[in-house]
Amino acid sequence: MSDPVVKKFMYINRRAPYGTIYAVEGLEVVLIGAAFEQDVCMAFVDDGVYQLKKNQDTSELEIKNFSPAYRALGDYDVNRLYVERESLEARGLGAEDLMELTYEDEDDDWAEKPSVKIVDREELANLIAEQDVILNF
Amino acid sequence: MKFAVMINEGPYTHQSSDTAYQFTKAALNQGHEIFRVFFYHDGVNNGTRFTAPPQDDRHLVNRWSELGQEHNIDLVVCVAAAQRRGIIDEEEAKRHGKDGNNIAPGFRISGLGQLIEAGIQADKLIVFGD
Repeated sequence: MSDPVVKKFMYINRRAPYGTIYAVEGLEVVLIGAAFEQDVCMAFVDDGVYQLKKNQDTSELEIKNFSPAYRALGDYDVNRLYVERESLEARGLGAEDLMELTYEDEDDDWAEKPSVKIVDREELANLIAEQDVILNF
Repeated sequence: MKFAVMINEGPYTHQSSDTAYQFTKAALNQGHEIFRVFFYHDGVNNGTRFTAPPQDDRHLVNRWSELGQEHNIDLVVCVAAAQRRGIIDEEEAKRHGKDGNNIAPGFRISGLGQLIEAGIQADKLIVFGD
């Protein structure tokens, strides 16, 4: 039986992908949560922007590189990934340093579109204010 | 108001579990409902009955167990996070061939769907963590 309630969920990622478990366990919540058909988006701030860095290589850490899992998000209808511009700039990063994550837009003849959107702090604050449920990792 | 609570840190190292406990107790005392308390990340360590702190310190696990049983609160430990950290109930012990279990009374182990459901069903989901 499906739940008629649809809430706005935002998953805020604040931490680097490795060093602590928060990023990978946070992503697990997003992937499981996708089955509940809520209005879902993700935000990446502070060191959390490193989670979307392309060409991650963890071989010398002997920790699993889980970054390919972000590519699955589009298939789970998680296709709004907001990255805070100020956090990127503070770390010398730009859009070109991030993975090219896409989704197929079912309302536009399955056209492939980018999931990542760079927003400034003020814009992100407004988005946060709109949410019903915020989980931050 | 109907609250759900999420606890993301283990007992003692962080204050999260203490603060969440105080919040939950205060909410109940004021007549609010606690839909569920969900333990994630190292928060799953709040659910082992093998915890044995010094006698002059608070016993966080027992506090949760007692509060849960007294008010019939659903205390849920995330299964995936629990497996990584050795928090296990009888059923999981059988499934993984372990020689015992350590889940504390009043806690149950279940999936992340329980967290999302809590977010949907509660008026407010309050997160305690770092």
